[in-house]
Amino acid sequence: MGVEGIGARVVRKEDKRFITGKGRYVDDIKLTGMTHAYFIRSPHAHAKVKKIDSSAALKMPGVVAVLTGQQLVDDKVGNLICGWAITSKDGSPMKMGAWPAMAPETVRFVGQAVAVVIAESKNLARDAAEAIVVDYEELPAVADMRAAIKPGAPQLHPEAPGNQVYDWVIGDEGAVNAAFSKAANVVKLDVTNNRLAPNAMEPRAAIADYDSAEEHFTLYTTSQNPHVARLVLSAFYNIAPEHKLRVIAPDVGGGFGSKIFIYPEEMVALWASKKVGRPVKWTGDRTEAFLTDAHGRDHITHAEMAFDANNKIIGLRVKTYANFGAYMSLFSSSVPTYLYATLLSGQYNIPAIHAEVIGVYTNTTPVDAYRGAGRPEASYLIERLMETAARQLNVDPAQLRRTNFITQFPHQTPVIMAYDTGDFNASLDAAMKAIDYAGFPARKAKAKADGKLRGIGVSCYIEACGIAPSKAVGSLGAGVGLWESAEVRVNPVGTIEILTGSHSHGQGHETTFCQLVAERLGVPISQVSIVHGDTDKVQFGMGTYGSRSAAVGLTAILKAMEKVESKAKKIAAHALETSEADIVIENGEFKVTGTDKAIALPMVALAAYTAHNLPDGMEPGLKESAFYDPTNFTFPAGAYICEVEVDPGTGKTSFINFVAADDFGRLINPMIVEGQVHGGLVQGIGQALLEHAIYDANGQPVTASFMDYAMPRADDVPSFNLSHTTTLCPGNPLGIKGCGEAGAIGASAAVINAITDAIGKNNLEMPATPDRVWRTIHAA
Amino acid sequence: MYQTTYHRASSVDEAASLFAKGSESKFLAGGQTLLPVMKQRLAGPSDVIDLGRIKELQGVELSGDTLTIKAATAYYDIMTNADVKQAIPAIAYLTSVLGDPAVRYRGTIGGSIANNDPAADFPAALLALGATVKTNKRSIAADDFFQGLFTTALEDGEIITAVSFPVPAKAGYEKMRHPASRFALTGVFVAQTKSGDVRVAATGASQTGVMRVPAIEAALKANWSPSAIDSVTISANGLLADIHGTAEYRANLIKVMAQRAVAAAR
Amino acid sequence: MSTVKLTVNGKAVAVDVEDRTLLVQLLRDHLNLTGTHVGCDTSQCGACVVHMDGRAVKSCTMLAGQADGATITTIEGIAKGDELHPMQAAFRDNHGLQCGYCTPGMIMSAIDIVHRHGGKLDEATVRTELEGNICRCTGYHNIVKAVLDAAGRMKVSQAAE
Repeated sequence: MGVEGIGARVVRKEDKRFITGKGRYVDDIKLTGMTHAYFIRSPHAHAKVKKIDSSAALKMPGVVAVLTGQQLVDDKVGNLICGWAITSKDGSPMKMGAWPAMAPETVRFVGQAVAVVIAESKNLARDAAEAIVVDYEELPAVADMRAAIKPGAPQLHPEAPGNQVYDWVIGDEGAVNAAFSKAANVVKLDVTNNRLAPNAMEPRAAIADYDSAEEHFTLYTTSQNPHVARLVLSAFYNIAPEHKLRVIAPDVGGGFGSKIFIYPEEMVALWASKKVGRPVKWTGDRTEAFLTDAHGRDHITHAEMAFDANNKIIGLRVKTYANFGAYMSLFSSSVPTYLYATLLSGQYNIPAIHAEVIGVYTNTTPVDAYRGAGRPEASYLIERLMETAARQLNVDPAQLRRTNFITQFPHQTPVIMAYDTGDFNASLDAAMKAIDYAGFPARKAKAKADGKLRGIGVSCYIEACGIAPSKAVGSLGAGVGLWESAEVRVNPVGTIEILTGSHSHGQGHETTFCQLVAERLGVPISQVSIVHGDTDKVQFGMGTYGSRSAAVGLTAILKAMEKVESKAKKIAAHALETSEADIVIENGEFKVTGTDKAIALPMVALAAYTAHNLPDGMEPGLKESAFYDPTNFTFPAGAYICEVEVDPGTGKTSFINFVAADDFGRLINPMIVEGQVHGGLVQGIGQALLEHAIYDANGQPVTASFMDYAMPRADDVPSFNLSHTTTLCPGNPLGIKGCGEAGAIGASAAVINAITDAIGKNNLEMPATPDRVWRTIHAA
Repeated sequence: MYQTTYHRASSVDEAASLFAKGSESKFLAGGQTLLPVMKQRLAGPSDVIDLGRIKELQGVELSGDTLTIKAATAYYDIMTNADVKQAIPAIAYLTSVLGDPAVRYRGTIGGSIANNDPAADFPAALLALGATVKTNKRSIAADDFFQGLFTTALEDGEIITAVSFPVPAKAGYEKMRHPASRFALTGVFVAQTKSGDVRVAATGASQTGVMRVPAIEAALKANWSPSAIDSVTISANGLLADIHGTAEYRANLIKVMAQRAVAAAR
Repeated sequence: MSTVKLTVNGKAVAVDVEDRTLLVQLLRDHLNLTGTHVGCDTSQCGACVVHMDGRAVKSCTMLAGQADGATITTIEGIAKGDELHPMQAAFRDNHGLQCGYCTPGMIMSAIDIVHRHGGKLDEATVRTELEGNICRCTGYHNIVKAVLDAAGRMKVSQAAE
């Protein structure tokens, strides 16, 4: 590898603008004549909107317009969609309740917009919003999943009797029943996977600018996938045809899934911009983020695992209730089904699995993909089951895992996924060595003597990333393909622009993607720039989520690079009067092997564009594009072990050590990969110890600010001890598996396994707050 | 934030007269509580009278056995003050765990006690140390000053000018932080006066705000040691309960924090 | 409306603003210094931290009027031309940022931490001192590393001056 090539710890090119305050986020942008939007949101979890009186507001200073949900209907703006069709076990399609961007008739969660004020400033818009009188007729609400599915519960949508979205199954129930009938031991567990608020630090924002002469819209938005946003806004919401809508996602301050989706606010901003004839800006505040950003997780699960007399797993039975909130968000339906149940085999050889997933509507904020999306829920369930089993069967938890590890690849699980490669023993070995697993009993005894409760917890996760082969996801109900596109432009002076459909909102693409070019061409990364996040510049792309940008997006760049290199070699060979097969690329030069004859890249590029002396029949120019559709998911996996100490007086958990051994295949920039793991681990620890988005029984959110929702802070979490084991992914030419979500997928089970080990009680829900841990310690 | 008129007062008298002129005036010290409340439009004062730059409200004085902290002294300046650290190190410690560094630069002792948030730290120190609140009109004993949630003995327009603490023989403070807000989930201040009396105050725990804890006071009067509290029973009745702590948990924390505060007392 | 006079990043400015204007709004909306961010409504996240008269304060929790007459330094004002402040350089070199949104506030707080603690910083102290700054991307690991690294660099650069 070169100093800037694959595998090098290159400091990030994009950092200079962020550390000097020159980042350009949506709220930093001002347009001439720009107005400001403030949404009037329902204070009720469930109510009829009877009347909206905006007469007083319209007379207030600076007010440009007040627009309501009924006007959206009148203008035939489409309802929000869910892009993945799931079929219930009885063959019926999932039950979709209509979700208008502003509610004309019925609100179904606190924070749902009913109207918007457009004014000269945000303060004036908010002043006017208080003068708008909305007459609501409150309806009975239900926020708890268990209550929502009971007979007689308040009903959210006429389309969904019993508040059921779907009742979906996967796996062979007969085979599972047969396995359980011959089991030597059965381990049962009930777990709740707590609802989380994603809380990217940059609140969502949008600026819409309508040009009436061109009938053209420009939308600046906080999006992880601006092309998908444009597609949905065009094809489903009737905002504008694609060629009349430019979507720009500039610097975006974190996403974690929450900025995949197309939200009501950007739809309304576009529509309102045309209505008022001026640019419209909306910037959410943190409370709005809590109320309206799609939440994550929120499962209730009962699971049973059958073991034979040798502690080998012979069957797994899972029943999960998944809370979708009040409406089906863009990719929500896929999360507890194809992103969750297909990972229930974990790292283990389980011959028979059956899972049933029941999706439920409640009067809460919609739930969709949040870092890991289904896979953290699966990993948490399996790893809590394994720990519970080890305790019940009285075997070492690491050994029980080894007994059941998949060791032969490829491995077809009973739940769709075909694992391509891996070495689960290697990562567990690395983690156990890093934490001195063998020395733990002595450390526990010493801590006990000091009045502290010491525990150790293992979590061996696997995830399916690099989403995904388009044909496969299409057959499972996805409404889009999941390839990626790239274009490589070599300019006449030899500098290079890479246009990618991936979007960076913290992942460092502007650096890692350049490293591939440096690796292949031997040019410094300063000569390469990455262009992304603008539908006018990049032709199409599927965006960044599901740990896919390196495995899929970078592979697309590689494919385009190969085409560019092939053409450049022909030009070089022609200029050097040799055959193309004799040309090698080194240090930015095209060399004739075995000679000192060479031509530098800028000269090849110039030749391509002057076109004075190209091979016969060759088109001028040096620019190629590629679309790459992966052949399989990728399967990052690893072992996390943490050691904790619990203060029996307060129930507070402190970390003694946290080790992570991951197998991500090939690493492009280990520094950036480690950063992704650190961040993921803390989101997983946050779920385990701190975070919980809570509603009261009537659907009122209890945690709608950082005063109530506990975000992990620097003193809540440890530094980490990371290592990597490597099996290259055979599914893509670079051998990459993806690293963006691993930490969030694997960490929470390790933490809960460690705390329950420390306190000697197995049942402990997340988040393991000091209060909850203290009560569990002292429960009879 | 609603429209408001901002005034910067240069003296306590000027502040009082500016306050009287406004229809619904509010005093602003560090603003670390008032401004977030105003931003959420939960308060909409017609006039905001800034006390932050009034010279006579700044500083710390140690005179004999009395430590006086002027009302608009920022937490950071209290925490780093040599007299505070020498006379009542528990106050310096309390200030070091109050809020975060940026809040400590702006927040003031006067602002904290005037607001009397049930989870604020300083009310516990005042109550346990038997402090006296000085205003532009009178002196008020801490026992009389705190009158329930967000309620104090202050009259409309009355300005806190200083707090005087009798220097104790020993004092200590420990708190369990609220996992989200970082206020006190429960904090306990213990003090042994130079005459041998013991006063203990808990914040963050009671539905009625900061409170004395007589059972622990009695136990410590008999035996000033953490183990003296082992046998004390704290009732959960009347204690706060929320998503971060049940009443039973807070009752437990009163004991545990008191024990740790005694162990740390100097 | 009031006129607020300030020195911002070494430059004297006078701005007419509504009395309800927050310092962060004055900086972002009136002076176009958009490096200072807003991440919450409750004074918790620290994305808005700037230095006022040498102290790191939350500019979302101050009225602009309270800063009248003060000297303000924002993230845009700490580099000397092309030469990064050692804290900026340490954040870059240690990969102490990802999406960059919390970064300006982190850096401004971190400089203040080093000013107060000098060379006596350790990991636990840095973590405690970062209580008022929330990051969702980095897990804090590399931020802590960056602050410790910068503490060494700032000592060296002070010694050189």
